[in-house]
Amino acid sequence: MIVRKPLPRWADLVLVPFLNLTLAFLISGLVVLIIGENPLEAVKILLYGAFGYGEGLGYTLHFATNFVFAGLAFSIASHAGQFNIGAEGQAYVAGLGAILVALALDQTHWLLVMPLAMIAAGALGGFWGFVPGYLAAKRGSHVVITTIMFNFIASAFMVYMLNNVLKEPSNMAPESATVVNAGKMPQLREWWDYFGYSPLNVMFFVAILALIATYILLWRTELGYKIRTMGQNPNAAHYAGISNSAIVMIAMTIAGAVAGMIALNEVLGVQNRLVLDFVFGYGFVGIAVGLMGRNHPIGIALAAVLFGALYQGGQELAFMMPAVTREMILVIQALVILFTGAMEGLFRGPLEMMFGMLEFSKSDTKDDAAASSKS
Amino acid sequence: MTDKSQANEQRSSGTAVSPNAATSQLAIELVGINKHFGPVHANKDIDLKVTRGTVHGIVGENGAGKTTLMSILYGFYTAESGKIFVDGKQVTIKDSSHALELGIGMVHQHFMLVDNFTVLENVVLGAEDSALLQPSLDKARKVMAQLARDYELEVDPDALIEDLSVGGQQRVEILKALYRGAEILILDEPTGVLTPSEADHLFKVLKTLREQGKTILLITHKLREIMAITDDVSVMRQGAMVKTLQTKNTDPAELAELMVGRRVLLRVDKGESTPGDVKLEVKDLVVKDDMGITRVKGINFEVRAGEIVGIAGVSGNGQSDMLEAITGMRKADGGKLIVKGKEVVIKGDDGAAKLRDMSVAHVPEDRQELGLVVTFEQWENAILGYQDDDKYGKGAFLSIPAARAEANRHIEKFDIRPANNRLKVANFSGGNQQKIVLAREMSRNPDVLIVGQPTRGVDIGAIEFIHNQIVAMRDAGKAVLLVSVELDEVRSLADRLLVMFDGHIVGEVDPATATEAELGLLMAGVSSENKESAK
Repeated sequence: MIVRKPLPRWADLVLVPFLNLTLAFLISGLVVLIIGENPLEAVKILLYGAFGYGEGLGYTLHFATNFVFAGLAFSIASHAGQFNIGAEGQAYVAGLGAILVALALDQTHWLLVMPLAMIAAGALGGFWGFVPGYLAAKRGSHVVITTIMFNFIASAFMVYMLNNVLKEPSNMAPESATVVNAGKMPQLREWWDYFGYSPLNVMFFVAILALIATYILLWRTELGYKIRTMGQNPNAAHYAGISNSAIVMIAMTIAGAVAGMIALNEVLGVQNRLVLDFVFGYGFVGIAVGLMGRNHPIGIALAAVLFGALYQGGQELAFMMPAVTREMILVIQALVILFTGAMEGLFRGPLEMMFGMLEFSKSDTKDDAAASSKS
Repeated sequence: MTDKSQANEQRSSGTAVSPNAATSQLAIELVGINKHFGPVHANKDIDLKVTRGTVHGIVGENGAGKTTLMSILYGFYTAESGKIFVDGKQVTIKDSSHALELGIGMVHQHFMLVDNFTVLENVVLGAEDSALLQPSLDKARKVMAQLARDYELEVDPDALIEDLSVGGQQRVEILKALYRGAEILILDEPTGVLTPSEADHLFKVLKTLREQGKTILLITHKLREIMAITDDVSVMRQGAMVKTLQTKNTDPAELAELMVGRRVLLRVDKGESTPGDVKLEVKDLVVKDDMGITRVKGINFEVRAGEIVGIAGVSGNGQSDMLEAITGMRKADGGKLIVKGKEVVIKGDDGAAKLRDMSVAHVPEDRQELGLVVTFEQWENAILGYQDDDKYGKGAFLSIPAARAEANRHIEKFDIRPANNRLKVANFSGGNQQKIVLAREMSRNPDVLIVGQPTRGVDIGAIEFIHNQIVAMRDAGKAVLLVSVELDEVRSLADRLLVMFDGHIVGEVDPATATEAELGLLMAGVSSENKESAK
């Protein structure tokens, strides 16, 4: 007797991610055990490193800021039925816009630099999302393929730009000139000592605004309604007079623009100059963040903090437990991504069956009761 | 495998049980069958006796539990309680191959055939005698020839499935079951996809099978078929077996009443139409499908205010493509579409919005694929297509309270159940899903209403309601275009009836006086008018 029932909302949003995460940590614990360290001790160090003191928390939230943008870039496209794995390249190209505006306006005020840099980064990131969107909508190319390709193109393009255009003659390293004044995004430690030397900056608030704005866009506007209709049933969207091609292009452009915000957080918030590979895989982790967060801003916020904690706590762990090397941290992060992202459905089937059975036995007893009361 | 081949030889050597001796015997007996799906009690204490050598009809509304019951008999599901007797022996049917061993074969509503295999390969598929294919194919060829002689089931064994007509594919399904030694055949809604003449041929085959001593279980919702072919008929309602009757002692009205649980008007009550101005006009319309095949080959018609124009035809003769073209979902490849005196030209892929703006409402043929987003809640579907209307939020924003209020108006006016606008549309029954679409399109008070297959897969009770709503639209002075493959439906609703065949309109008839035979011939493309328009 096998009945599958769609999971109740709470189970879908809380139970499934929780079980996936637990399994990821159990296996990570086993790995730590195998290399001869105490897993409980490791968890303690990891949690303390991520949340236990101001500087650690600052780093956690700084990483989380990147993951929020990357997660949203994945999810907004996902709501339109597009699998955007190009946040990496979109953010990378957007770095160009951010640094050019910052360098040009370095002698003004950050309140002027920030919006203009956001527009420039958003425009370039958006363009890097629009082109795959256009190719998908008008030429039928699959966005998975095109966004992967665009990641490579972005990589090659940025190497060229850094080496041949942006590099200062006096500098050997392929990096742009450094912003020194208004081009830097103010770090929160300038106002609160609590955050120690962490690079947490004003883009953190932009990330929170982006989460809220995404919610409003998707669930409170006509455009969001069209995007979700397109993602759930393109035929019905077509029937409803919604242009499928326009929605794909718009959603991919918005996604790319949001991914572009990573550039401000990293280039103008930490490095103060454009360097090679500053995106550092945040864009790819965004896929796991989006999947784990069920493409909902609240879920994305939680997943982003989780991955932020893994990044920051992991570095702390590598420092405190020499046997747990940086590579081991990568293994643990990969396990979390594997179980929450790629193998997200692992528990879904069995849980659906379990809920089906629960439902079934419940209705059974109800019927029995009804039958006995009748007789 | 050897069991099966013995069964085949037995049959082909002509040792069929004589019908007279068999009538006293039960081929199938079900006692107290129960089955739940979650909270739904799909089969409640079902008892059923099927006499050998008869055609036994099973009727009931959608969701009455017919298909569940047959799936239990065919081993797809296991009953939670109850007994199954086949040929008087109690059995527990484990799976469908076990059911086949017991001589029970099933012809599904959606054919289970491999399109690019030949007929012979499909018949042998899953019943091969050895690792080498050739001996099985040779044997099957012989058996098939015999079956074709015995039961008038002629099919070219070397034809590819994809080249066969729908009726031909169905014959292959029946052959498959017989080749595996089926003595009891279950047919699930077999005529839904057939032309009238194909259906006639199917019935002839079924009668021959009955004469040869086979037992046939026929699931259908078409009462006419029950009256035409069955010996006994069992009526199911809401998971329970209501009554089993001898067909000769009953009539459609009684059966309909048993199915629904109340009296049902089988004919639509409508007065004379009073046609006004032309609201929708189609001139020399040509439409190609995505593959570039011309599906609509130059058709002309007009729909006036206050009349229902029906378009009849076997599905797949261009109706769907025509509907897409006149509702803005597809570019026309020739001809003109004129709405309220203005020519409409579709350019981009948002043409449907253009026609909605001109007050043309569209109830699509396939509600789940086109008319609804089943993963959305009902209130979200209540504004589908009208999301840009400022009634549901100013400017770019969407007002959830306004959309929910609209949804509640639909629920109230169209008696949509359950009355819960937060429920996902996938959780509504077919009839209520259709009401959600109809409510949305009719509530806009459109000048032109285009309706495709308004009652496909809808319960009899809801059909009555939907028909009355369509007639009410007409009486309110709207131009209504109705496309349906249900002959009874277009005949009873339409004021003028056009017949479509192979992309042409092959004739216009008066629905009140046209005979079924006349319509059947038009639908099959055999008429003098067809020859004229086809050249």
